[in-house]
Amino acid sequence: MKVEQISVFLENKPGTLQQATRVLKDANINIRTLSVAETADFGILRLIVNDVEKANKVLKDSGFQVSKTPVVAVEVPDKPGGLHSVLEAVSQEGINVEYLYAFVEKSGENAVIIFRFDNPEKAIEILTKKNFTVVPGKKLYEF
Amino acid sequence: MFYNEEFETLPREALKALQLKRLQQVLQRVYHTVGFYKKAFDRAQIKPSDIKSLNDLKKLPFITRKDMSDNYPYGLFSVPMSSIVRLHATSGTTGRSAVFGYTRHDIETWSELVARCLVAAGITKNDIIHNAFSYGLFTGGLGLHYGAEKIDASVIPISGGNAKRQLMILRDFGPTVICCTPSYALYLAQEARTMNMDLKTFKLRVGIFGAEPWSKAMREEIEKSFGITALDIYGLSEVIGPGIAMECIEAHNGMHIFEDHFIVETINPQTGEVLPEGQEGELVFTSLSREAIPLVRYRSGDISKLITEPCRCGRTHIKMERALKRSDDMLIISGVNIFPAQVEAILVDIEGLEPRYQLIVDKAGALDALELQVEVSDKIFSDSGSVKELQKIEQRIVKDMQDYLGVEPRVKLVGPNTLPKAGAKVIDKRRI
Ligand SMILES: [Zn+2]
Repeated sequence: MKVEQISVFLENKPGTLQQATRVLKDANINIRTLSVAETADFGILRLIVNDVEKANKVLKDSGFQVSKTPVVAVEVPDKPGGLHSVLEAVSQEGINVEYLYAFVEKSGENAVIIFRFDNPEKAIEILTKKNFTVVPGKKLYEF
Repeated sequence: MFYNEEFETLPREALKALQLKRLQQVLQRVYHTVGFYKKAFDRAQIKPSDIKSLNDLKKLPFITRKDMSDNYPYGLFSVPMSSIVRLHATSGTTGRSAVFGYTRHDIETWSELVARCLVAAGITKNDIIHNAFSYGLFTGGLGLHYGAEKIDASVIPISGGNAKRQLMILRDFGPTVICCTPSYALYLAQEARTMNMDLKTFKLRVGIFGAEPWSKAMREEIEKSFGITALDIYGLSEVIGPGIAMECIEAHNGMHIFEDHFIVETINPQTGEVLPEGQEGELVFTSLSREAIPLVRYRSGDISKLITEPCRCGRTHIKMERALKRSDDMLIISGVNIFPAQVEAILVDIEGLEPRYQLIVDKAGALDALELQVEVSDKIFSDSGSVKELQKIEQRIVKDMQDYLGVEPRVKLVGPNTLPKAGAKVIDKRRI
């Protein structure tokens, strides 16, 4: 049920983000969603792509520092309180969220949120038990 | 004015005779008490008794900064610990640092040398000295302090840091003398301007600056902003601390090396060959009166030139120009000496870090700014790829650099294979 996210280290200098997305485009990899976490010194580009292995390889070959990070995708009704109910469900069980970002669906009324939990396996177990829709990686990559 | 007129104005012939006598005693002493020298002299097949003139000094092997850290902590001491009353040290982790011991007599000698420096700057017991050199393991603060007490001046042991408080004390206590690194003096001047203080209206008359290279332009700027005469002091913690050489206020041009306590040579840093006096080269010092760690032919790493012309102040001791260059890769960051190898050792000690780094030194206003670029290794990044983890590594590097080396770098993580694999680990953009 886990989703593999590609994390790319970005040096804080102009053009590095563009360089990374160009590498993926040239390899015909589709970016499902991306988010960038920035600090004063560096950034981390987080990607959900249609071909994780290939993206990992072409980025590495182009000299990027890349890692695969397990994240969890949860479909939440696109209405007030949707996100809150997920956070409440996991925090009750002592699981923390390191970061989260939204997945943009092509159509449809539900929002998919990508979560980085400190314990992804346990989070999936809890969320499934509490009847949340956890979206499997395979489905997400092909969205 | 002299502190010790007899020795400071000793005719050169008598000075040379005194040097030879003291040198021969030092050689006997180190050969028989310090394993390092016995081995080094035996390897060079030379005995202390073979040194019959000052000219024979060049037959002896050098001792380097590396030899000192190789013998960390006490391997070069020539007296038992019971005779040591003080320990100073350079920055650095185990094996990369060096420790210097002082006997009571060494402290006496050192105090006298600094007293000579202060008197050469026209300072008397009626002066109040604002001593902003750092107190602690660094020799600057306590070195100046003991010299100042020796001449019965009033010392303000303010040490470094906290510019606002320094300025308040400079204004309220009315010191007539300031001692610090030249870059710190410029920083104080800059802070004074932002606080609308006019340093020229203070009672300061003279400044003693050292522990880092500074240019003529910096000197002029310090003199202008403080309304003082800025003089140069030279020292090496390895040899004794500040007080090896001092500029006299009369000539204001070059520092007298106290030759009754030190022999200075100039060498070609590549070949080790001794150069004629007055030619530019690396300065090599032999201490003639040190008890705890006598140094024979210590390679300072400082590139400079000796000035042989007689000085109008009446001192017979030879002078040296300011050392603006190094023969090795040592960096001086706001008066703190660091070697790239020490930085590397710190990075290696942090788990998961690969020591692919580069040091970039520049000026941020009057102060030195150090940037440390480190490549993000597979190990660090694959563990989580999280901002928090990377920031933790950055903080750890900054903290270890502060703890072990006494400098606070800005750490910048960079991508893999972006730094040069070999060669230039240091980019120094400062102009001096
Ligand atoms: Zn002079």
